Formats: sequence, structure tokens, C-alpha cells
Amino acid sequence: MDLMEKNMELIEVQKLEGHTDRVWNAAWNPVSPILASCSGDNTVRIWEQSSLSRSWSCKTVLEETHTRTVRSCSWSPSGKLLATASFDGTTAIWEDLGDEFECISTLEGHENEVKSVSWNASGSYLATCSRDKSVWIWEVLGGNEYDCASVLNGHTQDVKMVLWHPTMDVLFSCSYDNTIKVWWSEDDDGDYQCVQTLDESTNGHSSTVWAISFNAAGDKMVTCSDDLTLKIWRADISMMHSGEGYAPWTHVCTLSGYHDRTIFSTHWSSDDIIASGAGDDAIGLFVESKQHDSVNGPSFNLLLKKEKAHEMDINSVQWSPSKENMLLASASDDGMVKIWQLETIP
Amino acid sequence: MTLGLINANPVVQAKKERLARTQDQHRDDHDDIRDPEHPYSLEQLSVLSEDSITLDDKLNRILITFTPTIQHCSMATIIGLCLRAKLKECLPLHYKVDIRVSPGSHADEDSVNKQLNDKERVVAALENPNLRQLVDECICSSEM
Repeated sequence: MDLMEKNMELIEVQKLEGHTDRVWNAAWNPVSPILASCSGDNTVRIWEQSSLSRSWSCKTVLEETHTRTVRSCSWSPSGKLLATASFDGTTAIWEDLGDEFECISTLEGHENEVKSVSWNASGSYLATCSRDKSVWIWEVLGGNEYDCASVLNGHTQDVKMVLWHPTMDVLFSCSYDNTIKVWWSEDDDGDYQCVQTLDESTNGHSSTVWAISFNAAGDKMVTCSDDLTLKIWRADISMMHSGEGYAPWTHVCTLSGYHDRTIFSTHWSSDDIIASGAGDDAIGLFVESKQHDSVNGPSFNLLLKKEKAHEMDINSVQWSPSKENMLLASASDDGMVKIWQLETIP
Repeated sequence: MTLGLINANPVVQAKKERLARTQDQHRDDHDDIRDPEHPYSLEQLSVLSEDSITLDDKLNRILITFTPTIQHCSMATIIGLCLRAKLKECLPLHYKVDIRVSPGSHADEDSVNKQLNDKERVVAALENPNLRQLVDECICSSEM
């Protein structure tokens, strides 16, 4: 499907109001029509889509647990658990019991604000990161037990986001130190080491890196930064799958000139559209160019830019995993979560 | 002190005039900010002046530069936080504010600027009760 040849528009489907402070993150449940959002109001809201009316409403508010901003949230692969990372230094694990959510565990250990949390593909590990410059790996044991498996030091500043690779137990982190680090346990014995650092010398970012996202296959990655660019990277992961050792990531191209304020979030959809959300209140959508230049490699074009998508900074953009439609959630400093549909205009 | 910048739909005026009006208001705002280490206001110490405020054409973006009293001023980030906290009270919510130390005025200029303009770091800092208290003490109450 060549989207560039069609006239596309991002249509606002619904505005979800309720949070009383900025919304930092929105996360789609991988299996049900449920969206979680977390906020500077110290709460997490769970939004559900009605099967009858198709409209979204707030099903429940997770409150009185975190005592400070909830900065990010992430569903487990099964969709039954939600992890929430907070400036109060803890990560809470919530279980969806149907009528309500129960906080079944609290992960403590970071010295200060936790910025991000991520589940690996099998749901057997969690990773968290913090302003304390460290990345922690937690093992998911039975009976609501979580154990700290590893504390990874290496970043020299505040770590903004952690993300597990979609198919392999390789962990990625990005930081205020302008780098992206790759962590891998070669012998698969739980001993994770930093096997690569993507910095300015390897065509990396020149300021804080705020987010990372992978394509579905896991052989390409997009990162976004305070340096106002998005960068695309690739790796020969078939090499890793076949046990031939670590396959390094290399820079493919840099997308610049599309946002004039910090790009806080980026997300790669399952049908290969990259979304970006920035401090200029705009959402950008990018697709890979059909013109393949064998010398310079793949390039990406702007599909569309939605200006004034929100009244204030956009902190998070997330594509819905649903195959039915191209739905995008955005979260903003204006306290709103918005749901968008990418449509072709006749 | 009232803030005349309650002008949600600005009438088109000469840019210079609008700029001057807004600078007056901001200057008034800054009169109320005490330097954490001295009993004088930032304006009295020449840390801030009218020249240090720049509005851009879209008129929802402001750049403030300030000059710490000494090159190794350890309170530079606190001053910056005070400026942010005060401006947040006074400006329309959708305004985007960048704060920097004036070029050449501080030994760790880049580091200070980066901290002051990292939204997440600023929010977390202002959530810290001890820092928040210090900031609140520096911002003299404008209701008096």
C-alpha cells in the first residue's frame, strides 16, 4: 500500500478528558480495546471502548498509590497486568480483575524518579530506568513476586526510556546523556552488559534522546530527541537469531526540519508508519520512500503533519495494535488524551 | 499586581508596541523574584533586564535570558526554576518558555541551560518539597 500516493488525513475520533494535570503517556492494551493514560495528577486512567457505541469512556481511575507524577505505563504482553512508573521512585504492578484493578506489587530500589517501564516479549522480565542513571531488570516470578535481577550502570545522566526488543531479550535505553545504549546477556545467564552505545560519533543525537520504537520485525528502530530530529537505525538481527553473536545497529537516516521543538515521543506502527509527537503541539507521520537508493539506503518522507493536534506539548504518541483500523492515541500537557484515525480522503 | 497580558485574542498591533507592553508586564513579574542569596530582587541586581526577554512572531513563545551575579553561581538553576515557577503563574498556559543564562555569563552555561529547559526535570524538581519551598520563598507573594 503506497500511502504517499493517497490523500491522507488524521481525523480526531474522540477527546478523552478527566486528568487534572498534564498527561505524560498513553498505552494501548495489546489484546482488548482498552487504553491506559498516566498523569501529573498522580493517577492512571483506564479508558474502555463500548462495543455498542464504539465510544471511549473512563472505566476506572487508579489512584491513591503513587504519591507523585505517574510518568509512564506499560501493559504486559498478556494484557492482564499494567506497570506504572512514577516520580515517587516506585513502579507499581496492577492486575486487571475485571471490575477493578488491584495493585499487586510495588517495585522499589531506584534512588529517585522512575521514568519508564517496559515488559519483554514473553512477559518474563521488566525493565525500569531512572534519573539515578541506572537501568534495572526485574524478573517476573510466580505469585506476584518480582525480583531485581540486574542493575545496569553506564549512562552518565538521567535515563529517559527503556524498551525491550520486540523479539529478542535485548534491552535498549536512551538518555539525557544524548546516547542510546544496548544491553545484552550473551550467555543468556542474566548477566546483561552494555554491548553498544549509539552516540554522536556514530551519527547519533546531539541532545537528550527521549524515545525509542521498533518496527514489527525488530530490524529497524526510530529514536527522537531534543535535537529536533528523528533517527532511523537498522541491524542484521537474523544474525543474532542464528546465534552468530551481536549484530550492531547502524544509522540509516536522519529526519530533520519537521518539528521545531523537542520531539518527546515516536512510535512505529505495524504497517510501517512512524508517528512523532513534539513540543510544537504537532503530530508528524512518516513513511519509507519507495525510491530505493542503493547507495544511500532507505529514506523516509513526511506523510502528513497535524499542526495544533493539541493546545500544548505532545508527550506521547502510540499506534493501536488493532489490525482493523489505523488508530493513534496522543497525550498532552493540555491534560487531554486524543484518539485519531488515519483515513484516506476521497 | 495585575497582569494585563490577559489578551487571549491579541489584536494586531505594531509588533514593537506589543513587545514593549509584554516586557513591561514581565518586568513587573520579575520585580517580585528575590535572589535566593541576596535580599534584593533579580532586577535590582541586574540579573534580569528588559533586554533579556524575547517574544517570537507566533507570540506564544518566550525566551528569557538572565545573568547570574557570578560566573560560578551555584544558584543559577534555582534562579531559573524560580523564573519558571513565577511565569507559570502569570502567563497563559500554552506559552512555551525557554530560559537561558546570558551567553558567557556562567562557567557551566550549557549544563545549566540544558537542565532549565528539560521539561521533565523541571517538573520533577518543582515536585520536590524542599526545592519547592525554596522556590516559593524566593517568589514574593504577588497578592500583596
